[in-house]
Amino acid sequence: MKHLALLIGLVAAFFALILFASSAYTVSPNEQIFITEFGKPVGHPINADPAVDEAGLHFKKPFVQSVNRIEKRILEWDGPATEMPTRDKLYISVDNFARWRISDPKKYYEQLRDERSALSRLDDIIGSETRNVIASHDLIEVIRSQKDRKPVRDENLAANNSNLGVLPPIQYGRSVLDEQILKAAQPKVRSWGIELIDVRFKRINYKPGVIEKIYSRMASERQQIADRFRSEGSGEAAKILGRKERDLLSIQSEAYRKEQEIKGKADAQATGIYASAYNSSPSAADFYQFVKTLETYKKSLTKDTTAIFTTDSDLFRLLKHIEPAKEKPAGQ
Amino acid sequence: MNQSEFRQVVFDPSRFQGGKIFRYVVAFFVLIFLLIGISSSFYTVSPESEAVVQRFGKFTKVEPPGLHFKIPFGVDTATLVPIRRQLKLEFGFSTPGSTNPDQSSSEPELERDMVTGDLNAANVEWIVQYTISDPKKYLFNVREPGATMRDLTESVMCEVIGDRTVDEVLTIGRTEIETESLVRLQKILTTLDMGIRADQIQLKNVHPPGPVQRSFDDVNRAQQEREQMINEANGQYNQIIPKAKGLADQRISGAEGYAVQRINEAEGDVARFKELLVQYDKAPAITKQRLYLETMNEVLPQLGNKVILDEDAKQFLPLMNLNPGAVVAPASKR
Repeated sequence: MKHLALLIGLVAAFFALILFASSAYTVSPNEQIFITEFGKPVGHPINADPAVDEAGLHFKKPFVQSVNRIEKRILEWDGPATEMPTRDKLYISVDNFARWRISDPKKYYEQLRDERSALSRLDDIIGSETRNVIASHDLIEVIRSQKDRKPVRDENLAANNSNLGVLPPIQYGRSVLDEQILKAAQPKVRSWGIELIDVRFKRINYKPGVIEKIYSRMASERQQIADRFRSEGSGEAAKILGRKERDLLSIQSEAYRKEQEIKGKADAQATGIYASAYNSSPSAADFYQFVKTLETYKKSLTKDTTAIFTTDSDLFRLLKHIEPAKEKPAGQ
Repeated sequence: MNQSEFRQVVFDPSRFQGGKIFRYVVAFFVLIFLLIGISSSFYTVSPESEAVVQRFGKFTKVEPPGLHFKIPFGVDTATLVPIRRQLKLEFGFSTPGSTNPDQSSSEPELERDMVTGDLNAANVEWIVQYTISDPKKYLFNVREPGATMRDLTESVMCEVIGDRTVDEVLTIGRTEIETESLVRLQKILTTLDMGIRADQIQLKNVHPPGPVQRSFDDVNRAQQEREQMINEANGQYNQIIPKAKGLADQRISGAEGYAVQRINEAEGDVARFKELLVQYDKAPAITKQRLYLETMNEVLPQLGNKVILDEDAKQFLPLMNLNPGAVVAPASKR
């Protein structure tokens, strides 16, 4: 009997275990659940509200009901990079991405079944909205975002080139365009139980045909700067050389002027000194003339000089007469 | 609850009389069951991580590093999140051999190409460093946090570069770009509440696109050339001007010397003259004669040729050979 009771107990425990296993299920915070009964959704979805945490152990009717787990976390859509024209007819390759979540698991499950088809729908919707928005704006509106930003300019480079270091003005900017795409796409995906959280441009690239033009424009822009540097260099050098010439001449002429001034003053002063001494009396003037003449003889008569004297000169008079002639003064 | 019942049954030997083998088999399974239970009820959290514990899926707690207990058999699960490890994402380049699958993308060339605000192009490589700030949010709020982080960072960088001129991107605005993009990224991460904190954005290689690199280099070269030309001209200036200044000073000093000399000489001459004049005034005729004779005395011996003509033979003068060396004057016989 004991054995039988034990056996029955074991079997009962086994069934209880199976019953438990097929009615209990766990819910993680990152999933939302809805229950289907023979494939038909029943009751409210569990853990669907992002504000309420219903994770944990839950129970359902065993065997007849099954658990469908749908992602609750924020999901990512990263579309393929697509080439499209802007309003100013430039072809660019645009890569944007979006974040979305499943807001209504039942609708989502009924209409899309799985994430792959959801992503391909998003490709279509966001792709076409992006195309619309890009086509109705100029390229610069996708590139820039802050309307009032003043760029820092490298004065060295931009000195004479007003085109350089300037940001073209914008009317809307990137974030407005992001917003436009989001607003246009949101209502279209809502019916699938999808909430689009945001759409952002990730990458904007020029198309190969366009990039060549950009490159040649950049190269010519730089060429201008380089040319200006070189011309500035020689201009500056010429300026310095000119200054050198000017300074040199002014220094030299100034020196000449001062020299002459000093010498002139000295000469004048010396002349004054001489004149005041020699003019002090008639005898002084006379004596000066006499002494100076003698001095001149001393200086000018050298051994290269041929001197011819006659005997009627004061000096050689004695060669002919002993009597000195008093009336004649010394002379040549 | 089933387990405890089961255990009780097995461990009461009085109820079991039949076959020893059966008992051993049961004991063996129970032992294995227990071993598995014990070994899976302990787990260690490594020092760089924290563990997020869920019971029946529901979040219960976050455990710090160390040895911890959990209820086995799928009741409690612990997920390790490396919150103290600094994670890095690379953009525009890739360092091989990284363990983080999100660290670099498969198309770095596309990430690198950027359009600047003045519609030029630049190649930008950068990294972002981030840490997981809240393991619970990191696990439960966003499904692919790494990839999301990549996309957000690239979007923010593209936006910041799109508001800068090419010169700002290449040279003068680098640090500003780093701080600005970090601020914007942090703002987005805060609103998303994904449990990630961005620590740093660093620009790595930033250069002009290949085909225009040479033009940019040429600008640098031209700048150097300009400096060189200016330096050379200044060199010439400095070579000439100080020397000229020195020479000018020299001439002026010379003139000053001349002036002093001239005046001193004049004063000397005058002093001497005055002394002589005093004596001259006492006896003018005699003094004159004396001076004359003294001078002649001094001068005449110096003369190379001396010709003395008789006053009556003046007509002879034109016939004289005045060539020095061949002079014999007829009147010179003494």
